[in-house]
Amino acid sequence: MGLIDSDINAIWLTIKLAFTVTIILLIIGTPIAVWLAKTKSWLRGPINAIVALPLVLPPTVLGFYLLIAMGPEGPIGELTEQLGLGLLPFTFWGLVIASLFYSLPFVVQPIQNAVEAIGNKPLEAAATLHSKPMDTFFHVILPLARPGFISAAILGFAHTVGEFGIVLMIGGNIPAETKVVSIQIYDQVEALEYAGAHRLSAIMLGFSFIALLLLYSFQRRGIATKFRIGR
Amino acid sequence: MTQVNSTSSTIVANLQISLHSGSQVFELSVNSEFPSTGITAILGESGSGKTTLLRCIAGLEKSAKGLLKLGETTWLDDKHCVPTYEREIGYVFQDARLFEHLSVQGNLQFAIKRSHEKVQKAFYAEVINALDIGHLMQHKPDQLSGGEKQRVAIARALLVKPKMLIMDEPLASLDNARKQDVLPYLAALQNMFHLPILYVSHSTDEVCRLADHVIVLHQGKVVSQGSINDVFASAQLPHIYKQETSTIIKAKIIEKDERWHLIKAEFDGNTLWLQDHNKAIGKTVRLRIIASDVSLSLQDEKESTILNRLEGRIGGIEIDKKGATALVTIDLTNSEIVAQVTRKSIDDLFLMVGMKIWVQIKSVAILG
Amino acid sequence: MLCICLFLYPLTPSNAVDLNQPASEKSPSINIKTRHANVAVASNFIKPMQELKAQFELKTPHKIRVSYSSSGKFFAQIVNGAPYDLFLSADQVKPDELIKRGKASARGRFTYAQGTLILWSSNATLVNNSPDVLYNNQFRKVALANPKFAPYGQAAVDVLKHLSIVEQTKPKWVMGESISQTYQFVATGNAEIGFISFSQKPEHGSYWLIPESYYNPIKQDAVLLENAEHNAAALAFFEFLKSNDAKNIIQSHHYTVD
Repeated sequence: MGLIDSDINAIWLTIKLAFTVTIILLIIGTPIAVWLAKTKSWLRGPINAIVALPLVLPPTVLGFYLLIAMGPEGPIGELTEQLGLGLLPFTFWGLVIASLFYSLPFVVQPIQNAVEAIGNKPLEAAATLHSKPMDTFFHVILPLARPGFISAAILGFAHTVGEFGIVLMIGGNIPAETKVVSIQIYDQVEALEYAGAHRLSAIMLGFSFIALLLLYSFQRRGIATKFRIGR
Repeated sequence: MTQVNSTSSTIVANLQISLHSGSQVFELSVNSEFPSTGITAILGESGSGKTTLLRCIAGLEKSAKGLLKLGETTWLDDKHCVPTYEREIGYVFQDARLFEHLSVQGNLQFAIKRSHEKVQKAFYAEVINALDIGHLMQHKPDQLSGGEKQRVAIARALLVKPKMLIMDEPLASLDNARKQDVLPYLAALQNMFHLPILYVSHSTDEVCRLADHVIVLHQGKVVSQGSINDVFASAQLPHIYKQETSTIIKAKIIEKDERWHLIKAEFDGNTLWLQDHNKAIGKTVRLRIIASDVSLSLQDEKESTILNRLEGRIGGIEIDKKGATALVTIDLTNSEIVAQVTRKSIDDLFLMVGMKIWVQIKSVAILG
Repeated sequence: MLCICLFLYPLTPSNAVDLNQPASEKSPSINIKTRHANVAVASNFIKPMQELKAQFELKTPHKIRVSYSSSGKFFAQIVNGAPYDLFLSADQVKPDELIKRGKASARGRFTYAQGTLILWSSNATLVNNSPDVLYNNQFRKVALANPKFAPYGQAAVDVLKHLSIVEQTKPKWVMGESISQTYQFVATGNAEIGFISFSQKPEHGSYWLIPESYYNPIKQDAVLLENAEHNAAALAFFEFLKSNDAKNIIQSHHYTVD
């Protein structure tokens, strides 16, 4: 397609970012999702709202606060400086952290829905079969909620790939470090390099379409076996 | 009939729980002790707290308070509550609850892996045979019929090697044909695996057929308990079961009459003629004689269509002061039988305790 | 993702920042033939533009609506038919290109302001009116606007070339997509120093006023667009921009004018 080196760098970086973020989100999002699905605590409402915030907040708001919080005067910045990690803005890991916030609801909510749909019945059945809670988590909840996990992974990945506003705010446009595909496209548009912008935009459009197609075709197939519990 | 003997072989359930759902509050308060052998049925109409009691015993209701002991093992007292996964029970849910992501074999292996006791190959084979599920091993739960699911669920519960099997209306979700499909397996379980079984049901028919011991629940309280005959032959049976008052006896087939398709059954020195349902001579059967199918006569009415007439003495009369009927207990040779008659008849015939009387039995059900 | 495609094909200037417009007002396309003029202004020029608008509307019966965004976005919008009358770009490249494509008239084009570049830090002692901080390497990050398309960024690279420290500092560059984002990076302390427009400089911090000879002049050109032909307000504002009143305002914001 006539991609130039900086395009390929940006694509590779974007994949690396989305992959890293998806893995971390599956690890930290799962306990949050399971807790939200199971808890009766009054904190459920507030935590649900916080998790869902990035759905309604403009990315620039999130990006602006993260820029300040990660800066030398901000709480995260002070912490990372004390830990000898330096400042996070303009680094790959800064983008990772920003994306974790930004993509959190896209990973937590499908898992939460799947776990809620499983309900208590299989868990009770497992307990009467001497299965301890962690055992039940790995051998009953995880396999039964698998469609939710796959949705979560696809959405988390695709949403991170599509991220723009936050990266614009805290990225600093450093090749191979923070210059992801969406920023590369933005640059090309600003620089009036429309042909290049078209190439990358078409790739993004194709990728997003395929990701969503996968998601929906998977969910449709999933309906038959997804959340039904034995009767 | 099973006797409640020493504490080491009884289950002590002294449980209280309040469950809130919306503005509704359901209170269950049970103080009961029942044998840890045989089948104990928990009988009650829906909403009486049967399932809640089972769930408390299994540890599935976290807010239950009180004392719960299986023999020497304490599961619940003031200080501790043993979590469900450490209670050695097998639980068969009304809705089977097989794991959809596992095959039948996977479901059984799930139990075997978590059993506190090693499951021997022979035991595994015995369970599979007993429930006749060998041909279903590779099937997924959604490929099974309702009856098959229940049989797999029972096998799964047995394979954790429980100290007690708990069954929550395992037949309720099945149609009549499926019930007949599973019922024989249930009846055989007790004999094969020597496990105490707690069996919840709202069907007196099922209970009379299977149970040795009965606890009757009504609005969260125990209204009657004891051996199956003591409960069903008693005037204490709750109002809704009044029509079910019966004598339940174990009898032995001693004679066949090929000409009239009848068999003769003997219990405690008394005999009854029954319709021949292909029962072999020497076999023990459980019989149910519904009290309203029994009538009384001052002399032996030989010129009557009623085949079974027994001579006895009135052992007790309990009059239902609010109704038209009375329950009369008649002492037979080493046995008893109850009859439901009208109060008017008692008056007309001047029936009194100690009187000699003829018992006429219109029908006898063979329960198996 | 989609939003990126969207600003390639905008139908109205609705995704530009319009500080003067309540959202409920009628869309600009309806007002093209009224006395209103729609002015697209590069976002580095927000502050002087606000004063210019006030002054202009005080002195004339005309009204203008102003939208602020990056010159690159305005360019894409105008090429695709956005109903602006005037375009105040941050550079000369985009007005040139618009004239070439027949979207703007060559006749009215002029330089309304020339930017001045400074090296600024929010730290009060770091810069000390000299390039020493750049030589001494006393910083972790230096912010500049993206030289690929932002004129202030190109000027910053000119300065670094002049000082012969392009390669040396390159690993420390962080690039803002606009001069205002560059300012943000420095103001929040995430970059210790940065090349910004003199017009942006706040009271605090320290800076180096870079000699004009170190970089190619940052000429910001204005053009009359196709739509403006019969729009009296647009023509009047275009003339007003060349007036001494306007020049005074522009100069007061540290831009130079011819």
